[in-house]
Amino acid sequence: MQDTKQFQQKNIEPNPVAYQYMAQPGISLKLVNEISHFKSEPEWMRARRLHAFDIFLSKQIPQWGCGLDKIDFDSIHYYMRPVEKRATNWDDVPQDIRHTYEKIGIPEAEQKYLAGVMAQYESEAVYHSLKERLEKQGVIFEDMDTGLRKYPEIVKQYFGTVVPTGDNKFSALNSAAWSGGSFVYIPKGVHVDIPLQAYFRINAERVGQFERTLIIADEGSFVHYVEGCTAPVYRADSLHSGVVEIIVKKGARVRYTTVQNWSKNVYNLVTKRAFVYEDATMEWVDGNLGSKLTMKYPSVYLLGRGAKGNILSIAFAGSGQHQDAGGKAIHGAPDTTSTIISKSISKETGRTSYRGLVSIPKGMTGCKSLVVCDALLLDVSARSDTYPIMDIRESDTVMSHEASVGKIGEEQLFYLMSRGIKEQEARSMIVQGFIEPIAKELPLEYALELNKLIQLEMENSVG
Amino acid sequence: MSLKVSNLHVAVERAEILHGMSLDVAPGSVHAVMGPNGSGKSTLAYALSGHPRYSITSGKICVDEVDITNLGPDERARAGLFLSFQYPVEVTGVPVRQFLRTAYEAIHQVQANPLEFSQKVKKEMSGLHLDPSFAKRSVNEGFSGGEKKRLEMLQLSVLEPKYAVLDETDSGLDVDAIKLVAESIKRAQASGMGILLITHYPRILQFLVPDQVHIVTDGRRVKSGDVRLAHYIEQHGYESFQP
Repeated sequence: MQDTKQFQQKNIEPNPVAYQYMAQPGISLKLVNEISHFKSEPEWMRARRLHAFDIFLSKQIPQWGCGLDKIDFDSIHYYMRPVEKRATNWDDVPQDIRHTYEKIGIPEAEQKYLAGVMAQYESEAVYHSLKERLEKQGVIFEDMDTGLRKYPEIVKQYFGTVVPTGDNKFSALNSAAWSGGSFVYIPKGVHVDIPLQAYFRINAERVGQFERTLIIADEGSFVHYVEGCTAPVYRADSLHSGVVEIIVKKGARVRYTTVQNWSKNVYNLVTKRAFVYEDATMEWVDGNLGSKLTMKYPSVYLLGRGAKGNILSIAFAGSGQHQDAGGKAIHGAPDTTSTIISKSISKETGRTSYRGLVSIPKGMTGCKSLVVCDALLLDVSARSDTYPIMDIRESDTVMSHEASVGKIGEEQLFYLMSRGIKEQEARSMIVQGFIEPIAKELPLEYALELNKLIQLEMENSVG
Repeated sequence: MSLKVSNLHVAVERAEILHGMSLDVAPGSVHAVMGPNGSGKSTLAYALSGHPRYSITSGKICVDEVDITNLGPDERARAGLFLSFQYPVEVTGVPVRQFLRTAYEAIHQVQANPLEFSQKVKKEMSGLHLDPSFAKRSVNEGFSGGEKKRLEMLQLSVLEPKYAVLDETDSGLDVDAIKLVAESIKRAQASGMGILLITHYPRILQFLVPDQVHIVTDGRRVKSGDVRLAHYIEQHGYESFQP
């Protein structure tokens, strides 16, 4: 009911015809206009959305990768009022997802939030004390819609500067239809000492289809932002296409952690990019467990001397899943450093692909880059590919690339089983050991949940 | 009550390696199995622990009257059998302490009290001259030969099996390390564990007196006796036992 009250407070006259229209699948110029109108956005944002829609229509579906032509854009709901979002009934949430919630021990309230039954996770008490602390530090942490309303100048200055509307078809779609996501600003020199978690945001729409996140870390600041959660997120909608833009100013450091676990009907196509300036550090920790197909390559543009970018990517593809993940590092200044570490696991007919780019143009002297991609295949029917691109035009560069593909060895399995450990548990121990270098970078509760989830996936494989 | 091996025939890829091996190791006793390279000693060790590549074509293995001949390696371990590997295997990303605890809980089917268990591990580690940081390292990853063997001995004492098969645990070790291994074995023996000590060199028997010594050549036990048999081997080698 809270949401309805808000609309009344904002004195937006609901147009019943328009709402009915919005509930229809498919996207059109009219719908894009309606979204902007419904949110009472400034004119420049409306114009930006309309422009983005034009670009979306004119761009081809990427032909590389993994069969995106199966996406039926006309069957997708692009926007729904928050009140409608609560219409989901707990009983409608698939049994296996509810089962997984129970297995990983998530409290019922949070389960309902994650499954979309509740519009907002009731963590207000926690949130309020957090919010007070953040306000004292001058930190802005809002959902993107509120951010635009309250801080239009900052949003206007940075929105779309890191990921331009025309970057790709899906960034254009997001720019036209975006809703939700986070807006974060960390003032100069401020260190936020606890991770900012998306679900703490009050009044936020829950994880959206076309979420849009903008994080600005001013000089010398630090923040760790955590998106999503390891629990499976059920959506009836089949397309999730987010955009994340991050600006890391001189001497600042941002870590952005995601563990996505969308239900296995979802196409997850996300553009994540950070501009990293002098002596600043950007760290992407990106985990992909869910979805039918994920295409996601968190990127760092190293734009000032001494800038550093680290990308840790982990992917688990079970039957029928394809995780096409990796990272990109563009060295746009001398003496910059990048590290991309990717670990992927494919089970049954699951497929993982590492797709990466390291670009060091001529004149960018003193750059270093390390790329490591390791794949683990659990079954003979599993598949893994790597598509590493190294575009190095400067000879004064230290570049190293390591890649490995392995199977769970008979000797390893026998060693563990000879210690009384059952085959299934032995296999999941080996898998957990394989991803440990990345799991240890996650906040503790995420690492634990990730391990439990992988254990569950492994159990399922044995039946 | 014993680890009893009766007329065991073992084949690898259809080639028979062991041609009817029998042994009876009582709790608290040490049996040394000695033999030249290629005599089938390691095959015996793997076959006892249930390695999938070693198929038992006939015969029987019993742990305290329980027939384990057709059980998987994990079930054999839970029945009380332990194998100390000649070449221990690396398990990346799994720390020693987690590995020990998982194994202990799997074998004994209990939840170990974390505090008590970690104290026990610490105590056994210091007995093996292992630094406390050892518990945090990944199992066998980047270990020296000596460290690997000491991890096997650590498992022997922490996991408390009823019977242990030690496959050339003494090989490749210097004298000090061999003494450490011998001390571990003696402590285990004193606690009532039955030990089958497979070794190529009699050197470890300078520090440890076995109850029985068996000579194996060409997949058969050709002679058994007391420690004097080992001393004989030390002087004369295996030549007189070769077929």
